[in-house]
Amino acid sequence: MDEILNKIARCIQSGKIDKVSPYPPDMKGEDGADELTKFALENGIKPDQVLDLALIPAMETVGDRFSRKEIYVPQMLMSAKAMNSAMKHLKPFFQSGETKRKGKFIIGTVAGDLHDIGKNLVSMMIEGGGWEVIDLGVDVSTEKFMKAIGENPQAAVGLSALLTTTMENMKKTVAVIKDSYADTRILIGGAPVTWEYCEKIGADFYSPDPQGAVNYLKQLVA
Amino acid sequence: MKTVLKGRTREVVIDTDGPVIIIGESINPTRRRKLVSTLEAGDFGYLLELAESQINAGAEVLDVNVGYPGVDDVRLLPAAVMAIQERFDVPLCIDSPNPAAIEAALKAARGKCLINSVNGKEASLSGILPLARDHGAAIIGLCMDDDGITNDPGKRLAIAEKIIERSVKTGVCEEDIVIDPLAMAVSAEPMACMTTLETIKLVRQNLGLNITIGASNISFGLPGRETLNAAFMAICIQNGLTCPIANPEKITSTVLATDLIMGRDDFAVRFIMHFQDQTR
Repeated sequence: MDEILNKIARCIQSGKIDKVSPYPPDMKGEDGADELTKFALENGIKPDQVLDLALIPAMETVGDRFSRKEIYVPQMLMSAKAMNSAMKHLKPFFQSGETKRKGKFIIGTVAGDLHDIGKNLVSMMIEGGGWEVIDLGVDVSTEKFMKAIGENPQAAVGLSALLTTTMENMKKTVAVIKDSYADTRILIGGAPVTWEYCEKIGADFYSPDPQGAVNYLKQLVA
Repeated sequence: MKTVLKGRTREVVIDTDGPVIIIGESINPTRRRKLVSTLEAGDFGYLLELAESQINAGAEVLDVNVGYPGVDDVRLLPAAVMAIQERFDVPLCIDSPNPAAIEAALKAARGKCLINSVNGKEASLSGILPLARDHGAAIIGLCMDDDGITNDPGKRLAIAEKIIERSVKTGVCEEDIVIDPLAMAVSAEPMACMTTLETIKLVRQNLGLNITIGASNISFGLPGRETLNAAFMAICIQNGLTCPIANPEKITSTVLATDLIMGRDDFAVRFIMHFQDQTR
């Protein structure tokens, strides 16, 4: 069992999506995260084990390496693709309730802001951390965030802003959310955002990189 | 097509037949919090340092952006404009989404500014174009609108055409419109740079206007950023980019090399001088 889980983890770390993925070159023609996950589940490995012992630790390694600037955005995207190709085999078990995720996470880029790269990276990493992610997209109004929280009151919320000018909208959205849902944890991020700003606007957590957000959520449910 | 900008006395001509004019990007608080804190304390030293180093490195126009949450940009933007122009005879590119701040800055500025930016959104067109007309400023027309950002070069061209139509109708003439076709990070979208290039080609062929891009972001999330930015810059210039907004300290040598290759630098005078200055 350990061997196949390690193999899945290695595929995710190196962006080996499936058999036809050309990377990494030394795994050419071999099964990828897709085939290996299917094989594992068909051979008696529990979906929980795939999630907790392969997907989550693999994505954590990817996130840590990104934080240390050892890997770059395209490599992270490849790993996320590999993670998704494994995750799709787990979805039926999530739906049946046999396997539980850590919680729900709502994410979006704030009103007036169309930047999506950072938001997408965080979204992928948090999904890879075992959470169900509700991605509201870019240019998300406060009302839209509120509606999503109304439907998922236990969810944590992530706000992204990449412009100094749209940080104002981040502040407004945080204020409205906290007004109705004082206990909802709000994480913020984006190039111009700082810890200082996070404290000033009453958000709960700031992270300069995706893994920081994953780690914060992890300790919430620990 | 020539877009003429002016500082206190000095004229800068952006010409579709080149050479390329670099608009310095560095006066922007996004990665320079210090800019905001010093300006708010009434200290213009850091601002002037950024202006001087960019001018020395080859910027002929300076972008000025002081937007940050909690900053009163209606007060701070004109103050920054005045401080720069008092010291340097350089045309400015007034960078703000806030019409009130733009207006205050245009009133304070001398010469002829470039406004960064007008986009295809109705609020932007009706809010900013009259300011350009009333103050005789040129504008950057950003190829996005109420539907957001499209990855279809033809649609980006259509947005540019809409901005031009509205500008002319408002009383801003065509030569005072510089089109920004949008440049996005290639790390996340493999065709991002090709979309920009295709749009540059379409704008040059169909509209013949001057073209700018925010040239440093395409390399976000990748190593070797300077190499990537330089390669992209050269191809963009060859296809019609005339006034990139970029960091002159990193990009000037590439721009001068490209101008030389394109036959816009007789006897390589500008290219040679740049390197002689550096070794001196």
